[in-house]
Amino acid sequence: MHAKVQLIGQVETQALYDPKWVRYSLIGIAVGFITLFLLSPLLLVLYQAFSKGLQAYWNALSEPDGLSALRLTLLVAVITVPMNTVFGVVAAWTITRFEFPGKNLLTTLIDLPFSVSPVISGLIFVLLFGAQGWFGEWLQAHDIKIIFAVPGIVLATIFITFPFVVRELIPLMQELGCEEEEAAISLGASGWQTFFFVTLPNIKWALLYGVLLCNARAMGEFGAVSVVSGHIRGMTNTLPLHIEVSYNEYDVIAAFASASVLAGLAIVTLVLKTFLEWKQSKAGFSS
Amino acid sequence: MTQSRIMPGFKPSLAYTLLYLALIVLIPLSTLVFKSLQLNLEDYWAIISHPRIIASFRVSFLTSLIASAVAGVFGFVIAWTMVRYNFIGKRFLDALIDLPFALPTAVAGVVLATIYQPSGLLGKWLIDSFGLKVAYTPVGIVIALIFVGIPFVVRTVEPVLQEFDTTMEEAAASLGASRWLIFARIIFPNIFPAVITGVSLAFARGVGEYGSVIFIAGNLPYVSEIVPLLIVTKLEQYDYAGATAIALTMLVISFVLLFLINLLQLWARRRSGQ
Repeated sequence: MHAKVQLIGQVETQALYDPKWVRYSLIGIAVGFITLFLLSPLLLVLYQAFSKGLQAYWNALSEPDGLSALRLTLLVAVITVPMNTVFGVVAAWTITRFEFPGKNLLTTLIDLPFSVSPVISGLIFVLLFGAQGWFGEWLQAHDIKIIFAVPGIVLATIFITFPFVVRELIPLMQELGCEEEEAAISLGASGWQTFFFVTLPNIKWALLYGVLLCNARAMGEFGAVSVVSGHIRGMTNTLPLHIEVSYNEYDVIAAFASASVLAGLAIVTLVLKTFLEWKQSKAGFSS
Repeated sequence: MTQSRIMPGFKPSLAYTLLYLALIVLIPLSTLVFKSLQLNLEDYWAIISHPRIIASFRVSFLTSLIASAVAGVFGFVIAWTMVRYNFIGKRFLDALIDLPFALPTAVAGVVLATIYQPSGLLGKWLIDSFGLKVAYTPVGIVIALIFVGIPFVVRTVEPVLQEFDTTMEEAAASLGASRWLIFARIIFPNIFPAVITGVSLAFARGVGEYGSVIFIAGNLPYVSEIVPLLIVTKLEQYDYAGATAIALTMLVISFVLLFLINLLQLWARRRSGQ
């Protein structure tokens, strides 16, 4: 009798866990896949960048075209990220704190840039501001350059990274609800005070997370920027475009030196992302 | 959701949201529609029916479909491994899965091209031992799109697996079901809709992908030329009408396919009784 009970118990647990050979082969497949497809490209960037030694790496990075590409990339991020951050907070506030008709439509429209190909994201700005575009003649008459110039690159990047911050904030602010904020308001706090002392501390990790993703994409965007930039060396090449130009000219060291800078950015992004996720889950448990 | 009457700032924040959305997203996107309205049907058809364009549509959609299916299989295995098993280095590998989200596409593009080119690390080995040429063929495009698509599947399936109620498995086990039966009849049908969501996200991203593909693709007309590249080519020739016609067609086909995938997902949900 006793033995039989134990036997049934064993059968049950066996059916709850994967057999050892399944477990090991699945882990093997997963580890193999990640190593082959994700880890090895990352390591190869560094290997290629330093393949001719540190001096060659440094020369490639400090060459004027490379430096100007780096400067432009930083400039684009410095304009894009704050603009989309402010928008993200305001839009999330609007969507999660008020009821109004058309709210779902608004949320869908905000996500739109994610479902458009980067190349098409560039194309629409060419159609607006290019030589034969809507405002083309007017811009030419007033000697303003947007396409094949920095403003076009900034606009296309803002479009591409538009939804990143809002997307992180909406689900969190929905979950938080607005009881705490209402309490602050009814105790006499102003709207701004409520935002800075009640809302912001609650959403700071998610906000940083959104900013981080927005920044990574802003610095790394290629397709959209490539369409509007015109690839003018030292003028309208961002780092990703500089990689393309160098690579196509068989200047492997220059291409991979720039690539290593962006890969470094990606690694920093991943580390911070893991940290922020951990922070956010901790904040979630404590509240 | 709670509705609030005393929360301040509704009008200015709604106004700001709408204005910014209109200026950055809606007005620029509307140019696509207006520009294509200027084309008559004959012009449009003349542009789209060009054999080179049709070939590029076939390349783009087929490679994305294959790549997202492969990403679906491996993404599911990876998600399963990450959620159900413990092993050394798991946290590190799990963080690496987001690499394609964080790594700029141009970087991915040149690295993949370098690895898989005929003289490259893997490219040489694949040619020598299997006679398989990856770079500058559609196979290379598929490889690049698997790279781009894998995090979509893993990150969609992982949370669903985590929240999956194991009491269902326990109930089945106590009724004498084998491990395989439990997986096939209980776990898989419940997870499958999430896999389809991940695959369709990967697919949608893959069709429009440009940076990580063009380096490894070699861009041979009729063979490995993708639709986004043709849009760029048309723009470089200042053929705005041509670029717009191709872009709009691509958007419409993608939306139709995504709609069909959504139907498939609905059907899978119904079947699993969710």
